[in-house]
This record gives sequence, C-alpha cells and structure tokens, in this order.
Amino acid sequence: MQEILKKYKTTKPEDVQVWFKAAHTSSFPKDGGACVKYKDLQIAVFNFDRLQKWYACQNLSPEKQEMVLSRGMIGDHNGIPKVACPLHKKTFSLENGENLNGDLEPIATYPVKIEDDFVYIGFSE
Amino acid sequence: MNSTTKLRVYFDKNTYKIRNSTYFCIVITKTVRMKTVIVVGNGMVGYKFCEKFVAKEGSKNFKLIVFGEEPRPAYDRVHLSEFFENQDAKALEMAPAEWYAENNIELIIDERVSDIHRSSKKITTAKNREFSYDYLVLATGSSAFVPPIKGVEKKGVFVYRTIEDLEGMLDYAAKLKEKNPGARAAVLGGGLLGLEAGKAVMDMGLEPHIVEFAPKLMPRQLDSRSSQVLQLKLESIGLNIHLSKATNQILGEDAITGMEFGEDDILDVEMLVVSAGIRPRDELGKTCDLEMGVRGGIVVNNQMQTSDESIYAIGEVALYNQMIYGLVAPGYDMAEVAASQILGDTNSLMASTIDMSTKLKLIGVDVASFGEPFMPASKGHSVIFENKTQHLYKRINVSLDGKKLLGGILVGDASDYSMLHQMFLNEMAIPEDPAQLILPAGDGGASFGDVMDLPDEAQVCSCESVTKGQICGAIESGEATDLAGVVSCTKAGTGCGGCKPMVKDLTEATLKSLGIEVKEGVCEHFDLSRQDLYQIIQVKEYTSFNEVLDNHGNGGHGCELCKPLVASLMATIHADTANKEYAIQDSNDRYLANIQRNGTYSVVPRIPGGEITPDKLIALGEIAKKYDLYTKVTGGVRIDLFGATLNQLPLIWKELISHGFESGHAYGKSLRTVKTCVGSTWCRYGMDESISFGIELENRYRGIRAPHKIKGGVSGCIRECAEARGKDFGLIAVEGGWNLYLGGNGGATPRHAELFAEQIDNETVIKYLDRYLMFYMRTAKPLQRTAAWQERLEGGLDYLKEVIIDDKLGIVADLEQEMETLVNRFECEWTQAVNDPEKMKRFNHFVNSEEEDDNLVFVPMRDQKMPEPWN
Repeated sequence: MQEILKKYKTTKPEDVQVWFKAAHTSSFPKDGGACVKYKDLQIAVFNFDRLQKWYACQNLSPEKQEMVLSRGMIGDHNGIPKVACPLHKKTFSLENGENLNGDLEPIATYPVKIEDDFVYIGFSE
Repeated sequence: MNSTTKLRVYFDKNTYKIRNSTYFCIVITKTVRMKTVIVVGNGMVGYKFCEKFVAKEGSKNFKLIVFGEEPRPAYDRVHLSEFFENQDAKALEMAPAEWYAENNIELIIDERVSDIHRSSKKITTAKNREFSYDYLVLATGSSAFVPPIKGVEKKGVFVYRTIEDLEGMLDYAAKLKEKNPGARAAVLGGGLLGLEAGKAVMDMGLEPHIVEFAPKLMPRQLDSRSSQVLQLKLESIGLNIHLSKATNQILGEDAITGMEFGEDDILDVEMLVVSAGIRPRDELGKTCDLEMGVRGGIVVNNQMQTSDESIYAIGEVALYNQMIYGLVAPGYDMAEVAASQILGDTNSLMASTIDMSTKLKLIGVDVASFGEPFMPASKGHSVIFENKTQHLYKRINVSLDGKKLLGGILVGDASDYSMLHQMFLNEMAIPEDPAQLILPAGDGGASFGDVMDLPDEAQVCSCESVTKGQICGAIESGEATDLAGVVSCTKAGTGCGGCKPMVKDLTEATLKSLGIEVKEGVCEHFDLSRQDLYQIIQVKEYTSFNEVLDNHGNGGHGCELCKPLVASLMATIHADTANKEYAIQDSNDRYLANIQRNGTYSVVPRIPGGEITPDKLIALGEIAKKYDLYTKVTGGVRIDLFGATLNQLPLIWKELISHGFESGHAYGKSLRTVKTCVGSTWCRYGMDESISFGIELENRYRGIRAPHKIKGGVSGCIRECAEARGKDFGLIAVEGGWNLYLGGNGGATPRHAELFAEQIDNETVIKYLDRYLMFYMRTAKPLQRTAAWQERLEGGLDYLKEVIIDDKLGIVADLEQEMETLVNRFECEWTQAVNDPEKMKRFNHFVNSEEEDDNLVFVPMRDQKMPEPWN
C-alpha cells in the first residue's frame, strides 16, 4: 500500500513539463473540489472561489491510502488554505501539503492554471 | 552485520583522462565503524530504552539491535489483564513492529540471547548466531517465582506473566467450563499481581479464590486496616479470599484437583495461577561473572553500569541500592540514564532514593500508596479515615511537627492521590489540621491548594518524567493550546495515565491564567455561538454561507466546522435540503450517503417504523445483488447496503425510488429512525398501535436537519421492546394514553430519557414533540445530542416543562409554526438529485473520465465482501 504514496510528488511551477488540460472550470463547484485522472494518478482540484485561486493535490489520503481528498471540505486555518479529509477530518495545507492538525506526511501539491475557462494541472512528467 | 559505511571519493576528470575522453571514478571503501548497542530483552523497559535512545542526539552514529525472546514486540504488561477483555494482543503493543524499522532499530524477536562473551564483546543466541557489541544493555526483566511446592508441575498450574501464559490459561479454562460450568480456580499470592490474576480468572468465568501466605492482602503496600477494607470490597464483588495459608501440596493425579494447606484444610480447585512474586532474569549475568546480588539481580551503579563498564542493566533485572524495583516508573528512569550514559552524557545519574508510590485500579477498586505508607510512631503521626460501609480507607502520615506529609494509603477512592503525592514529593506545607486532606468534602475536607501552587519542578507524570513547569510551559510558549496539544508535545499522561486528571487541571488553569477562555464561538471563523448564528440567519434572512461569513465572520474563509453548521441552520430555518450549496455540506450530506472507510458509500433507504412489505424487501435484495453490495441490518433496524461507489449512487437510488423508497437520511444530522415494537397490531400484550404511531412520527420529522442526529422509539406497552427510553424521544403506551420520555441516547454516554408527560393522546404527543424538537434545534450547541443539551439546560426538566407545556417564554406558537413549515415542505433529496442533471454531476469519481476509482480492493467475507483491511 505504501508504494502508492510514492507515485505522488510535489511539482513546483518551474519544474512543469506537461500542462494537462483537465476539464472546464464549470466542472468544479465553487469553494469545493473534484477529482481529475491523469495517467494512473488521481488529482484533487479545488476551486477556491473566495480566494480566486485554484489548487491541486493528490486525491490520496496519506493516513489510510484512500482516494477521497477531492471530496473533502475546503477552508482556511489562520489564513492557510486547507482541505479536510472526509474520513477523519485530517486537514492539509493546499499551499504546501502540510498536515495542519497532526503529523502525517505532507501530501503532494501541483500547480494549476486556467486558460480559456479550462483547468490545466502541471506535471513534471 | 554490516556496520561499516562506504566513503566514496570522486577524482577530477582532468587528472584521470583515458581513451574516448570518458572518465571514471574510483570508489574507495573506507571503514568508519559504527558502534553497536545490543539490547537484550524487549519488554516495557527494553522498549523504553530504544525510544529514548533514538530520540537523543548522536544516536544516529549507533547501530541498535534488540533481542526479544517472546514471539511479539514489547507490550504493556501492566495492563495485561485487559487482554482478557478484548483478547487483542495488538492493542497492548508499546509500538508496532514497523516502528523499530522506521527508527533503524533491528528487532529480532523469538530468539533468546544465550551467552555473553565479555572478552571478545560478543553474544550468542539460542539459534547459535553470534553478534558483536560495543555496549550491551541487559533488560531481561523478571520471571514469575514458583515456590517449590509438591505437585506444582501438574496440569492446570500456570504462572501469570506473558500473553502466552494467558492464552494457555484461557484454553484450559474453556475446557474446564465445558465439563463443569461452576469450575473453581485459585490464585496463589494476594499481592498486586495476584489480585490482577484474580480478576483475569473471574473474567474467564471461573469461581475465583485468592490464597495468600501473609495475614493480609497486598502486604507490601497496605497496612492491616486498609487491607481489610480492600478485602471486604473484593469479597463483595465475588472474590473468595483465604489468608494465612501455607500450601503444603498440590493435589490431583495428572491435573490439579485441589490445594492442601493443613491436614484437613483442603481447597478444591481445578486450576491454579501462581503469582507469588518475581525473580530477576539474571542468568546471563551469572554465567558471564558479573557482580550479582546475594539473592539475585545484577548489581549496577548510579550510571546503570554493571561491574563490566560496557554492560548496562536496567529494569527488574538490575539491583540498585540492594533493591529490585518492580515498578514501571523507576525502570523507565533507568532506561533514560543508560541511554544518556552510552551517548556520553555522564551527568545523567539515577536518583539515590526512588519513589515507590503507586496508584492503580484493581478490579475496579482504587488502591494507592505513596511515600512511607507504614510509619513507626516515633517518626510521625498518622491520620486515618475509615468507612467500611462504603469500602473507603484513607491514611496519611504526617511529620511530628505536623508540617509535612510523609506518606499514605488510599483504598476505595484515590482521586486525591495526585495532589497528596505531589505534596509529599515537594514537601509542601499542609493545613494546620491535616485531617482536612482526607475528610470527605463537606465535612471540612478537600481543602487542597490549587494545582497551580505546585512548584515548577514537581514531577506530574512519573512515567515520562514530565514536570509541572514543562506542562505549563508548553501552553505559555504557545506550543500547545489545549489538552491534546499538551499531551502530544510533553508526552505527559501517555504511560500509566494516572496523572491525566492533574494534567487536565494544569492545562485548564494555565489557559485561564493567560486569559484564554474556552470560547463559545463555533470555530476560528466565528466568535458567535450556534444559537447566535441561528438568530442572525433567521432575522437577516441570509441564504448563503458567504453572506453569513462576510457579514459576521472573522475575515477567514470558513472550515469543516462552520460550513456544515451553517448548512444545517439554513436547512432548519429555510427548510432547505442538502442539495442546496452542496460544497458547504458535511462530506456525507454532500453525497447524500455515508462514506465508509475505503471511500465507498453505504445506502440506507427509509423504512418508517421498520414496517416493510415483502415486495420492497425483495426489491432491496435484488438491487443489492445487482450492484454487489454488502448487506446488513443496521443498529436502527433498517437495511444498509455497503460498498457503493460514487458513480453507482444515483443509479442505485433511481432503482430504489422506482420501487417507492426515499432517502433514509442516515448520512445527516437529522431524524434517523423511529423504532417500534409490534404493539397492539399483533402483540397480545399491546396497549396501543405503536407501529402506526411510529410511522406517523417518522414521516412527520423525516428530513429535518438538527444539531445532531435524532432517534425515536415507540413501545406498545411497558415491556418496552422498542427501547424507547434510550432514544431522543420515546413513547410507551399505558392505560389512558402515552407516556412521553425525552432526552435519552445510547452512544458513548448512555442516558435514559426522562419522563416528561403521562397518559397523553396522540395529538398532544405531536404538539409537545414539535415544540421540544424545535426548541432543541434553536438552542443546542453544534453536534450536541438532546441528552447532553437537556442535561445542561439550566432549570432542568422542570424548566423544559414550563417552556413546552406552560409556554413560559411565549414561544410555543412560533415553535409549532416553524415545525409545521418544515413538515409541509419536506422533499426527498435523493428524488431531487436524480431528477436534476446539474445535481447529478457531483456523483462522478472523475470529472474527466467515466471510470471508477481504481484504488478499491475488496476481499470476500462470509459470502459477501468487505474492503481490504487497513494496515
């Protein structure tokens, strides 16, 4: 099971090799998320409308390795945008993937850009 | 064993240019020897050594190898008797096997170390393998002492030490009980461990007998009077106690049938557990000629070093100050000293006097002793409080000048132990009349100083050596903001847990001293309470989360606490379903289903009152079969279909709806079920139609959102087959009408509902219930069940009656009208969802693919399926 975690690696904007055209912006609820499939990866994408920002991270909860984060609620903790895992409400920073209310491994995050109302996710491969 | 590291040296390509302009590098392996520490013994203290060692600076330069002879990693032997309650060896583990690997510790279990070769610094194991060490730590602990009684080798005689011992006892007891359900078992030894073993025997369903050589129980910790109080208490819960008994022989042919004390003094028992003390496991020390105590134990100095400076001994095998310490706390201190010493911190030394104070719960009875429990009259005065009718005994020993506490004993109620123990340790001043320290509150007792009066160096958690200063400091520095934070950053309370109440008090007092109040606000985004928000939304007629947050929030963007709360309030106030603004709904409400541990969902259609036609039952079965769902009857006697993927949910619901089902709201903080018994419809005892009324009530309140879930029950007579008094609202049919009970629940804190009104008719029941539920929905805190709400309601049940029956606040007309609106505007949210393509969009696992989650793995179980177990 741990193997699956290794497939997800944080990608920095400068390392993006592929901008994957995921879906139309209207596919994502305002201030909520949905899941995108890229190759054999599951990526959670969040439309943080209140901040006018988009975020992407692994859909995999690092706690029990279930594909659920895109179904989590988003919000902020002391100004840090976060997502709460729907299973046990573990929260993760959408900026750097850090577990804000525990000591789980950080989740991988990916750059997002919007062009012509389409959501693109940046991958290094 | 590879204890070398490779040092790579790369040469400059200009220097070593060869053909084709390629270059190569030379790898030189230089031996930088890592030192090896071998720990012999993987019990609680051996484990603690590892934990402390790897947490210290410099430990990375050491290779740590740990040997355990038992077939499993270290477990919590102190709580061994819990194994009988759950038979879950994993739950007792100090740390899982992976922990050792994660910390680069090589754990070798099921392999005993059989010899030490001091001159070559090597050990040999029972499997004839050899390992070299630089430092050796002996943490072999102790074994049960079995006195040389004739016949002690017979079948059915056990010792009480390891999980394997317990498993052996369990097997044997099960066979005994098959033959003779009233079988008796004895425990030899009435000390601390013996009484624990007595509990184990009792839990196995055997008739328990304790046999003690001394004239009293727990002779090492208790004086005669406290021992008598303990004995009375234990006898009252079914233990048979035999004191002053010297066992001559064990009777029986092959297996034990009895114990013989004197010539005609025989106790018939079919099983015996020997718990007559411990002996250090010091044979390794003996065979390699370390200095030993006269009566066993490996002699150590205050650095925990044995007579060989490379060999350390800690825990129950170590003889320090001519004593073997059989408690966890000193063992942990020894582990700390040995770990520090090996890593070069020579200032870490074992204290010269060791606090042997203990507090434990023995078979549900508090027993504690601290300091000097028995004290000769020449050293001080004793103050004793005894109440045999309540099995209470408290004794404190006070210095001759009456200024200091020297020790004491508590039996029956040890809630004051932490404070008394601290007063003793820190030599704090005591009241002029020391009796105040042990008298029951109200009789001039309980005049303790504040926990904050303790000096900063007072050790609050002796297992983890955490002082008051560290606990308060964690909060003052901002490192921790609540109890959970304090525990995680100081580790206080993670050992035996005895200090938890004091840690809690200190946490709360420190927070208070910093002016931090436990806020009524629902989360960091609102300083308002749920009730405040309710009124604001109602008055200002807000309809979206952002309106509420922008106008009344603290400037943030919401979170998983306030979003679902506002969603619930909107639903209560505007009769919205969870389909409106689904991104702020709690995760279950968002998908109108209950998320299960692998991210799939369970589906529960409403079956009002539990009444269902055969056709509907067949439909449920066929749908479950079609989608391969695991099927179970729920605790609320409905039918739950598990394992539906997100994509399947609307497909399943379309079929359910076509068969006349509607949402059961099992996922919502809303009405779940109204459980009914069969009532006068069929039952020969029934007083009224409980099913009909249950269905009416369930249909009336279905779908309304509340602070927490609501359950109801209707019983047709006082036999109460619907368990209505365990529900938020319950009805019991009696002569002349219904008795209405309010505010019950099961859950973590079970509470019976309270009788609110008697012999009322159906209309009155509905009138009162409308008012009650609406009043609860208006005023409760987030996620507060009716039971907790009602309990904290100022004025209690009488006040509730005044509001609901007598209309003291003049609000019942509003309450009724609000409820009527909710009832009239009910709509099945699943029907809404499947009929609206826009609402259906959320039920796709991917936004860019029709595929399902490929990470799901199910395994078969009892002809159905379940998610693969978590690691």
